[in-house]
Amino acid sequence: MTGFPFDLTVIWAGIIVFAIVAYVVMDGFDLGIGILFPTLKPGPQRNVAMNTIAPIWDGNETWLVLGGGGLMAAFPLAYAVILPALYAPLIAMLLALVFRGVAFEFRWKDPGHRAAWDIAFFSGSLVATFAQGITLGALLQGITVSGRAYAGGWWDWLTPFTLLTGLSLVVGYALLGATWLILKTEGELQQKAYRQARLLGAGLVITIGVVSIATPFLEADYYTRWFAWPGILAAGIVPFLVALTTWQFFRSLALGRELAPFLLTLGLFALTLLGLAVSIWPYVIPGQVTIWEAAAPPQSQTFMLVGAVIMLPIILAYTSWAYWVFRGKTGEDGYH
Amino acid sequence: MVDHELALLLARIQFAFTVSFHFLFPAFTIGLASFLMVLEGLWLATGRGVYMTLFKYWVKIFAVVFAMGVVSGIVMSYQFGTNWSVFSDKTGPIIGPLMAYEVLTAFFVEAGFLGVMLFGMKKVGRGLHFTATCAVAAGTLMSAFWILSANSWMQTPVGFAINDVGQFVPDASWFEIIFNPSFPYRLVHTVIAAFLTTSLIVGAVGAWHLLKNRNNAGAQVMFSMAMWMAAIVAPVQIFVGDMHGLNTLEHQPVKVMAMEGHYESHPDGAPLILFGLPNDKLDRVDFALEIPKLSSLILKHDLNAPLDGLDTVAKEDRPPVAIVFWAFRIMVGLGFLMLALGMFSLLARWRGKLYDWPLLHRFAIAMGPSGLVAVLAGWFTTEVGRQPFTVYGQLRTAESVSPLEVPAVATSLLVFVVVYFIVFGIGTLYIIRQMGKPPQMDESDPPAHPTRSAGITPAQAGLAHGGEEVSQ
Repeated sequence: MTGFPFDLTVIWAGIIVFAIVAYVVMDGFDLGIGILFPTLKPGPQRNVAMNTIAPIWDGNETWLVLGGGGLMAAFPLAYAVILPALYAPLIAMLLALVFRGVAFEFRWKDPGHRAAWDIAFFSGSLVATFAQGITLGALLQGITVSGRAYAGGWWDWLTPFTLLTGLSLVVGYALLGATWLILKTEGELQQKAYRQARLLGAGLVITIGVVSIATPFLEADYYTRWFAWPGILAAGIVPFLVALTTWQFFRSLALGRELAPFLLTLGLFALTLLGLAVSIWPYVIPGQVTIWEAAAPPQSQTFMLVGAVIMLPIILAYTSWAYWVFRGKTGEDGYH
Repeated sequence: MVDHELALLLARIQFAFTVSFHFLFPAFTIGLASFLMVLEGLWLATGRGVYMTLFKYWVKIFAVVFAMGVVSGIVMSYQFGTNWSVFSDKTGPIIGPLMAYEVLTAFFVEAGFLGVMLFGMKKVGRGLHFTATCAVAAGTLMSAFWILSANSWMQTPVGFAINDVGQFVPDASWFEIIFNPSFPYRLVHTVIAAFLTTSLIVGAVGAWHLLKNRNNAGAQVMFSMAMWMAAIVAPVQIFVGDMHGLNTLEHQPVKVMAMEGHYESHPDGAPLILFGLPNDKLDRVDFALEIPKLSSLILKHDLNAPLDGLDTVAKEDRPPVAIVFWAFRIMVGLGFLMLALGMFSLLARWRGKLYDWPLLHRFAIAMGPSGLVAVLAGWFTTEVGRQPFTVYGQLRTAESVSPLEVPAVATSLLVFVVVYFIVFGIGTLYIIRQMGKPPQMDESDPPAHPTRSAGITPAQAGLAHGGEEVSQ
């Protein structure tokens, strides 16, 4: 665990975390649009909201595939343990993503059933988000491992804590969606998004607070991590930064800023993920399997690293370009 | 134990079900993406509006099929972990990087440029838009490259060692692993199959509209292009398929025994069994209709070459013969029908009757879905033929499965079946409805510079949406 393989495994942990962060940053707001969909008026409001994300949702969701695929490639043991442990929520998430993904096309193809596909889009987004939140919570609360396999029951993931993390993520993604709409729309829809952002911002602060308070008490290990050196640094700084970001967030809403609320919400997400990292590091399955124990051999990691180092900047470049192409306020016209 | 076997069976059905559905979408989109690229390229090169008409016509279908391919593909990428976790743990160090490369070099390209391809006509210049279309087409091919490399490695595994925790780890250059012995054949065979599948669907749609109006320029162009493709590619495919078969004989002889229905060894020349009912219980093919020595001639190019049969293989190492035997015959039979269609179209072309020979058009319509059926049949041949192994000769399917409980996997299977039939059934209806509309000529010329009015106009978009929401 020293020398070169050590570095490589840490780099891969970084890449997986990057993929997850990129996923949350990019797919979070478009799932959030889905969660907010019932609050938007059928007709122009929903069409505009859909068009703000129609050209990019597909690329956004690809980060989820990189997260899963990358985990299998770089940390096969973790992939093989975590996925069976979260069987039900993950299958629910996949099916929800099926409904939601096709709704982007189907709602235009058959105006007669558009209302039904709007429901599919909403419920798919909601279930997928809730399942991702549960996944996060279930990982934090720990997974039973025996040998190289999952050894728990099929409902271990279902606890009050995971329901709480599920709810938090729903509120969080909805907030990302609302702030995205502030950025991409104008007029009545934008005003509505401002109101929603205030409400959801308050909701997110509350749920983050409850989750943060609950986490150190899940495992003795988390408690020591957060309140013994050097964790106490994070325990001191992270809440402070959260408070600061929250204050700036509400201020930016009050000032009628368009971009800042979205960026500050992303800031809140980054801080919570940082908190998560403090809790878990260097385990990939908390308390059971470290990143080194789960790591694929160096030959595999090196081979993939070449691809990742070359391709990730290129991917980020053309993804940025695609976002740039569709910059500015979104209208109602699609290609349909 | 019984529970374990039932869970394994359900997991296998679930995988077969989800992968079969999924595979149909890329089989269509790989060819369709290239077709769209050619159409847009021709439009830019010639300025003929008919190409843009066809581009707009098919891009709508592409968008629906692509969306279904994406969502069913995401299911696949997670199903390895949920249902086949032991396989994932053991083969992750080799299969994982191949699939990661697919995501990095293909999946992102397709998804990233799709938005510009679908929605960017008014936002970017024609050069950039064409670039996006090319990128999507290239992405689909890159995707095929990596997925087939991973799949081929499971068929003909090389370049690995087993480490002390039982994982397959790379033990040779990655070049050797990627270009494993069956990969080049499988890649070419599958990509050609995808092009053929698309050309048969496009040809059927063109034929349908020619039957209604033989003067529809859009229908003429798509039918003509599709029939050129079928005429050229169908014979090539039969040739490549034969080479792929010889490769399989070399590396996976048991699969070929099942394909041929050879339960017995034939020391002096094996017959070709045309039809029959494989009987795994009695180890024979009932009601066999066979041509003596032909199998040896095809496989060994020698009438009297000896061929081993399944009697040389332990029972627990044999695939289920009937599925492989029949899937193979369906694929080959359809392949020859495609060849017949291609030749028929050449005859019609030569006699100047390509657009007014209803018999040809009816034949083309009947053959429309045949590519999809053949692709599935080929997939079943190769995947069921690999059984009872996930990694051929190395890792058994029974040892690859997750520690699943029957209620969990049964419920998820049921939900997958219900959801897939509803969602993809509706999607198919939308596609068929779109195909039923004749391509309407639009005489717009390629724009000389980026413009916000060319391409797909807002007026058309409004019509397609139905006007009702505009008034709300």
